Amino acid sequence: MTKQQANWSPYDNNGGSCVAIAGADYCVIAADTRMSTGYNILTREYSKICKLADKCVMASSGFQADVKALQKQLAARHLIYQHQHNKQMSCPAMAQLLSNTLYYKRFFPYYSFNVLGGLDNEGKGCVFTYDAVGSYEKVGYSSQGYGSTLIMPFLDNQLKSPSPLLLPVQDAVTPLVEAEAVDLVKTVFASASERDIYTGDKLEIVVVNAAGIRREYMELRKD
Amino acid sequence: MSNSVIEVPPKGGFSFDLCKRNELLAKKGVNPPSFRKTGTTIVGLIFQDGVILGADTRATEGPIVCDKNCEKIHYMAPNIYCCGAGTAADTEAVTDMVSSQLQLHRYHTGRESRVVTALTLLKRHLFNYQGYVSAALVLGGVDVSGPHLHTIYPHGSTDTLPFATMGSGSLAAMAVFESKYKEGLTRNEGIELVTEAICSGIFNDLGSGSNVDVCVITKGGKEYLRNHLQPNPRTYTSSKGYSFPKKTEVLLTKIIPLKEKVEIIGGGDAMEE
Repeated sequence: MTKQQANWSPYDNNGGSCVAIAGADYCVIAADTRMSTGYNILTREYSKICKLADKCVMASSGFQADVKALQKQLAARHLIYQHQHNKQMSCPAMAQLLSNTLYYKRFFPYYSFNVLGGLDNEGKGCVFTYDAVGSYEKVGYSSQGYGSTLIMPFLDNQLKSPSPLLLPVQDAVTPLVEAEAVDLVKTVFASASERDIYTGDKLEIVVVNAAGIRREYMELRKD
Repeated sequence: MSNSVIEVPPKGGFSFDLCKRNELLAKKGVNPPSFRKTGTTIVGLIFQDGVILGADTRATEGPIVCDKNCEKIHYMAPNIYCCGAGTAADTEAVTDMVSSQLQLHRYHTGRESRVVTALTLLKRHLFNYQGYVSAALVLGGVDVSGPHLHTIYPHGSTDTLPFATMGSGSLAAMAVFESKYKEGLTRNEGIELVTEAICSGIFNDLGSGSNVDVCVITKGGKEYLRNHLQPNPRTYTSSKGYSFPKKTEVLLTKIIPLKEKVEIIGGGDAMEE
């Protein structure tokens, strides 16, 4: 007697890709704005980027209903933190909170693939990358979503040392200037939307630096 | 008497011997390699002087685009063309095969091929394979009995229509046709309508994309407008360009000369032929 399988799934994948790159005094977080299901487009103008705190921004791809619920949870917990400590949460603190929130639902996960970016307490850029159940790591750059298989190798090629044995090891915060990092992100998304059907429409770029948070948009392929 | 069973070679067609084993493997999580499908929007319509066929140019392997500019309008005969949707290998193979059969038939009869001949050859082949040859076609052409347009489904059924769409983008394209088609369109109106229908598929269906191919067939001849419209140029090219390291980094070089195992004694005769 073969095991009976469910004929309905609570999850769906709304597609998209996100990227974050950390610099010496800035952090670039970017995501496309296409929301799709199956072969159809639901909307061309959906923002996958959410500001969690003053210097902390999260981009998530995956099942957007779960992403919305996750964002609401984090916003509520941040508000409580602000009431209790009279200050905004720092990026590393938010990173830990996100990990705990995701693991809390270990047995019915948030179908959400996140990258968290921002400035740490010293003003240096930091990026944290997550899986769906909260395993996280501080890295210099990361990508998630359908396009990440196309984007990640290119970022590795440009931003990572070919071998950890070759000194100086460049893996963490990139020596690139802010404008160069934004240029890299635009190129990477233009290329990803050529080959990935779920990435396209518009690119939303958020830059966090000492001056505050800046938002920029770029058109991508619409097919 | 020996108990031997004489091995007879299979008579042809598909062999389903490995199906049980594939099913077992799939249950264990080992999936077969996916084949390349043309996500696709293909259309055809009849206008006052003949037939116009249209197609997009994207070929997908799952969620990845494997060919940004492939050709989906296949040649069948000088006066007959066929658009193909479904598994790319199947549409190529079946249209090539029937095209060759039509040519042999032309030599045999000394006459121009007819669209219904191509139709019958295709539907007989597809029905024979019971839908396993996953080719959904839009066949169009002009012969002595006038312009013809047909759709052929993977299981072998056919329809004869004044306008038709197939592929994952067929609903998007059909919405355009149903709103704007009328009988007796002129050549330019027809091309514009076909282009609009394909564009609808390109922008609203994720399985279709890139450029629009158009083919106009009339009694006088045919006009294959490859990349008639290119509404999806690359959106951003970095002005400074990117450099890639020419080779993997050399961390260590160590040369160990090989020691000879065989001693060569000088002299000896050369080998004979």
